[in-house]
Amino acid sequence: MLIGKQLAFRYPHHNWIVRNFDIAIAPSEVVGLFGPSGFGKTTLSKLLAGYLTPTQGQVTIDNSPLSDRGYCPVQMIFQNPELAVNPRWRIHKILAEKQSPDRFLLDALAIHPSWLDRYPHELSGGELQRVAVARVLNPATRYLIADEMTAMLDANTQALIWHRVLDYVRSHNIGLLVISHDAALIKRVCNRAINLMQVGTSR
Amino acid sequence: MLSVQDLNITFTLYDRGLAQKQLTVITQLDLDVKAGEVVAVVGASGSGKSLLAHAILGILPDNAQVSGKMLFKGEPLTLNRCQDLRGKAIALIPQSIGYLDPLMQVGQQVQRTAQLSGLSRPAAKAAVDRTFARYRLAAIVQRLYPFQLSGGMARRVLVSTAVVSQAELVIADEPTPGLHPDVVTETLNHLRELASEGKGVILITHDIEAALQIADRVAVFYAGTTVEIAHAQDFSNNKIRHPYTQALWRSLPQNEFIPISGSQPTPEALPDGCLFSDRCPWVTQECQLERPPFLQVRGAPVRCIHADR
Repeated sequence: MLIGKQLAFRYPHHNWIVRNFDIAIAPSEVVGLFGPSGFGKTTLSKLLAGYLTPTQGQVTIDNSPLSDRGYCPVQMIFQNPELAVNPRWRIHKILAEKQSPDRFLLDALAIHPSWLDRYPHELSGGELQRVAVARVLNPATRYLIADEMTAMLDANTQALIWHRVLDYVRSHNIGLLVISHDAALIKRVCNRAINLMQVGTSR
Repeated sequence: MLSVQDLNITFTLYDRGLAQKQLTVITQLDLDVKAGEVVAVVGASGSGKSLLAHAILGILPDNAQVSGKMLFKGEPLTLNRCQDLRGKAIALIPQSIGYLDPLMQVGQQVQRTAQLSGLSRPAAKAAVDRTFARYRLAAIVQRLYPFQLSGGMARRVLVSTAVVSQAELVIADEPTPGLHPDVVTETLNHLRELASEGKGVILITHDIEAALQIADRVAVFYAGTTVEIAHAQDFSNNKIRHPYTQALWRSLPQNEFIPISGSQPTPEALPDGCLFSDRCPWVTQECQLERPPFLQVRGAPVRCIHADR
């Protein structure tokens, strides 16, 4: 179980971005999170994935706090893949950052072998996002946070990526947090959804 | 107002050493826009949406060769004419505030656009005041820098840049991704308003749903060609013609959410026949012989020989 308890975050001398926020995600559960811009959705996911340290509160996995060493078992997939990969690395090196995905996963995501020797700027956004997804679908990942993962993509690529990710998280017992403005998408892929307008973060 | 026929764009690239290769990225692309109309251009990334915009604005790089016909108000759109018209008769609403100068107050930037389009300084100032008021941007917003704007405000400032230039043709490149639904609707309504005032609007997007909210017609691009130019109501009336358009529609989360497998052919390896043939459920031998021409099926053009089935 991934638990964020009484999470609060602010930059020094600034207002609270997130305050008194509780969240629990069970393995193989798919939870949606939505709310207007500026309600701290991305800040929350960065707290859960260890990119930011909460000012108050704690993130735990199975009752032990999130370690800041080694590969984080909570991984994020961002909206813009070109900002999430090293522009000077070839695709095969990017994919191998944790461990090289097997052929089966690459095929499932329709990652063409000819892409592996290219640089990120030589792939389109949809192609690169599939690479970013393949990179985190490995045995060390136990929770995934998809922050507007497919907002930049066409409907067909969006459906393709979601099917592969959902298949993977179901078969590997991974908990998934889905952040999206697209109500139809949340309704389609999630077991339950959290509306930040109702639960509130800082307001 | 704008008519693009049989547009082809080829890039000359260095391959190995001094050997050059030709990469055809746009083939047989067609589009027309009338005054008072919103035409959406939808398709996956890499389908040629942005290149079309760049071709119309005359900002393709030097290694691009363009063939085919582009007419603006009946006259050919040559490179010189593009340079004269862009920012004046033809305006671009860019994708994000990344296109603004980060070190210049937004009011000044919009005013500069107005002056470059030919207005005198006082007239440009008045136009900025009027436009900001129209989009409910407080006077103080003129003195803000781009990073100080919220997502919705940024959208309204970007639309303002196109409005103050008095353009007749407005090209909006991906104006809505990742925005809250209310901001999306607001941005789209602004575009619709521009069309109601008699301008032609091209809405470039990968978001079919956003496109259908305001577009009169929807041009679907695939691998650098126009596969279909449908009427917006064809989608919900189950009248869309091309198998790729149908696949896109079916893959929406509120519809069946089922993708088709495979990916767009790369410019290095375009098939001889129909560009969609390797993923198409209807493919026959005939499809692989030559590129299908535009056929009129159920009142709109489509590049598929099986579309009337």
